[in-house]
Amino acid sequence: MSLNIIVLAKQVPDTRNVGKDAMKEDGTINRAVLPAIFNPEDLNALEQALKLKEMYPGSKVTLLTMGPGRAAEIVREGLYRGADGGIVLSDRAFAGSDTLATSYALSAAVRKIGDFDIIVGGRQAIDGDTAQVGPQIAEKLNLPQVTYAEEIISAEDGKVVVKRRIESGVETVKAPMPLVVTVNGSAAPCRPRNAKALQKYKYAAAPSEVAADESRKEFISKRPYLGIGEWSAMDVEADLSQCGLAGSPTKVKAIENVVFTAKEARNIENNDVELEGLIKELIANHTIG
Amino acid sequence: MANFYTDNPSLKVHLTHPMMKKIVELKERDFADADKFDYAPQNFDDAMDSYDKVLEIVGEICGDIIAENAEDVDHNGPRVENGRVVYAEGTKKNLDACRKAGLMGMSMPRRLGGLNFPITPYIMAADIVSRADAGFENLWGLQDCAETIYEFASDEQKEKYIPRVCAGETMSMDLTEPDAGSDLQSVMLKASQKEDGSWVVNGVKRFITNGDSDIHLVLARSEEGSKDGRGLSMFIYDKRNGGVTVRRIENKMGIKGSPTCELVYKDAPVELVGSRRMGLIKYVMALMNGARLGIAAQSVGLSEAAYREALAYAKDRRQFGKAIIDFPAVAEILSLMKAKLDASRTLLYACSRFVDMYKIYDDIAKERKLEPEEKAEQKHFSKLADAFTPLAKGMTSEYCNQNTYDCIQIHGGSGFMKDYACERLYRDARITSIYEGTTQLQVVAAIRHVTTGTYLSFMQEAEKEEVCADDQDIKSILVEMSQQYAAAVEAVTAGKDPKFVDFMARRLVEMAGHVVMGYLLLADTQRDAEVRRSLRVYVKYGQAEVAKHAGFIANFRPEQMDEYLY
Repeated sequence: MSLNIIVLAKQVPDTRNVGKDAMKEDGTINRAVLPAIFNPEDLNALEQALKLKEMYPGSKVTLLTMGPGRAAEIVREGLYRGADGGIVLSDRAFAGSDTLATSYALSAAVRKIGDFDIIVGGRQAIDGDTAQVGPQIAEKLNLPQVTYAEEIISAEDGKVVVKRRIESGVETVKAPMPLVVTVNGSAAPCRPRNAKALQKYKYAAAPSEVAADESRKEFISKRPYLGIGEWSAMDVEADLSQCGLAGSPTKVKAIENVVFTAKEARNIENNDVELEGLIKELIANHTIG
Repeated sequence: MANFYTDNPSLKVHLTHPMMKKIVELKERDFADADKFDYAPQNFDDAMDSYDKVLEIVGEICGDIIAENAEDVDHNGPRVENGRVVYAEGTKKNLDACRKAGLMGMSMPRRLGGLNFPITPYIMAADIVSRADAGFENLWGLQDCAETIYEFASDEQKEKYIPRVCAGETMSMDLTEPDAGSDLQSVMLKASQKEDGSWVVNGVKRFITNGDSDIHLVLARSEEGSKDGRGLSMFIYDKRNGGVTVRRIENKMGIKGSPTCELVYKDAPVELVGSRRMGLIKYVMALMNGARLGIAAQSVGLSEAAYREALAYAKDRRQFGKAIIDFPAVAEILSLMKAKLDASRTLLYACSRFVDMYKIYDDIAKERKLEPEEKAEQKHFSKLADAFTPLAKGMTSEYCNQNTYDCIQIHGGSGFMKDYACERLYRDARITSIYEGTTQLQVVAAIRHVTTGTYLSFMQEAEKEEVCADDQDIKSILVEMSQQYAAAVEAVTAGKDPKFVDFMARRLVEMAGHVVMGYLLLADTQRDAEVRRSLRVYVKYGQAEVAKHAGFIANFRPEQMDEYLY
């Protein structure tokens, strides 16, 4: 049995090596100094999709990403690894989306794609760390969801078997398709880019990229496989009041730049007084909490 | 998160060498595949961009996976179970990543499933892989046995085996036997032809790298009663047919992840490659030349790893209140390591470009008659490749041994412990100057080009190239060095005593090597100023070495040889 799999992937600033200029004064991320990368746990999710494609020949893996036109790079990265195609959901109306607006827009795009068995995405993105978008999409589409997945073991007879990483160990669950699965970072790493696929798809582009660089227009138009889908809010029939800033109830109150500098070690006695003191101190300096 | 390609800008300097334009255009037959294969390049820039991007994949796999697994693979290694090799866990992961990334059969034509890369970017991948894990480079790098199938096997054999290599099956070259090491003419493995015309082999091979591979190239004695190399033929053994078991694997000093096997052949069915009797004299010679270039790449990768380990440690380690890199004695070691590394690398890629040129012409000659000027170029580059391959293998492997030795020296007592990578690099390096022909045998192959003047004419050509004002002083030194070299060659060969030439051969070949690498670094510096430091350090070093050898030769009378010979 072949499957239609949608992989939710996000282009994120690489926050793993953050310097002191990572945040701008207005409290937003300084994207100029942080390279844009494929969100790490979305790569784990992509690997699960590609593995299912190998297990069930004829399956189709489609990437879905929301972002500016350059987020097409995420689709290309997927194509290099074995995905079949992808769509960039891109519109000024989506700018400033919080998780609620993001999941609204993505679920509208999923509805437009229509035919799917599994939606798989990373547990969370490294820029927001919310882990909300996957579950919200499941709610909006009225689908079952399996979170913290470490391995999708099988997808047969309308049911998936998924191994989950939970706090106390692992559990294996069965759930009906179609469904949403969010994948944990402890899952298998994504396979490398493939040399042939890379050479085949390196000129794949979304319409807005082609418009910005006309030189490849003819080349791409002759090769339909190089076209990356690009949908606007209108294309997915989104209600604009639920998109972008307008659809985002989340408000950032303040941003604080916390730089860990202390290097010295300190011994704490094993008693309630000392431990409570330490906890209060760590909360006060934002190390925890 | 490391990328062993993008973190090393010197690789790109070599990848973008001006000669690449001609190499790529010839290799791609003016981009004839462009509309036949969706992954074929449209033009030169497109091809170069593809090499660059594919090497980025190689760099990522090497940095994130292969280098990460290296220590574990070194400690655990492969084992034998029921006559079959079981790779170390890390080795399996490395192979899996290389297969998924499509990095097998890189130089094979697209119609057989390959990437149709020239040798140069392929060798660059080997350089990068070796920095991550030299032992793994053996398994991955044996894909260039497919080159021998491509060059000499029948169309049917090519179509049967090469796509399998491109899909990720591994290879081995079964040459060595207990009594046939450097002297392959003594190979005894017996090939017998059955009544139906098919062949089987019987006997034992030893020291076979990756001996439990999927597809073997086997050197065996097909002519009963013959004693020398002319009685040997080349065969393909397909593991799917059975008949070969692994009796044991060697417990080695280094490259421990690479299984070195003793093989037992019992009526193992094989297919003859090409013509009988040509096994050693033609096919193995071609195979060995490819393998020697591979070992040069392995040596350069190891030198790179050693230099990086040493540099990082020297910056980090503090003694007497400062980092040890700030002591001139330590800085000098590091500078010389870097100079030897850069000299090795430029020699490697000069050689790979020469190999590319003549091999591509050889291949084109199978499709059509070469034009007279193409034929002249083919001959020219074939000679240069023949001269540079042993020089590169010999010099880079000796330098990688020296660099890994110095890497431990920089680490001091800590380097002697198993805690740092440098001790593994040191053990891994040791084999490079031994296998695929010892340094002494590289000298035997290279000395011909000393006496016939191949190296000297290369130097004279290089001397004609314009260099910028900053490098005039260095160029003058190189001119002087080449004169000293020419004089030494004259002194050694004047008496026409072959024994004396043999005795002095190593010195002459090394002298040639210093001048050639000096000129190559000088040319690199004209394209990339970053090389200048290594150029200056290397030429000062080479100048002293050439003077040392010249002095030895000048002060030596042929009859004094008797004091050395046993």
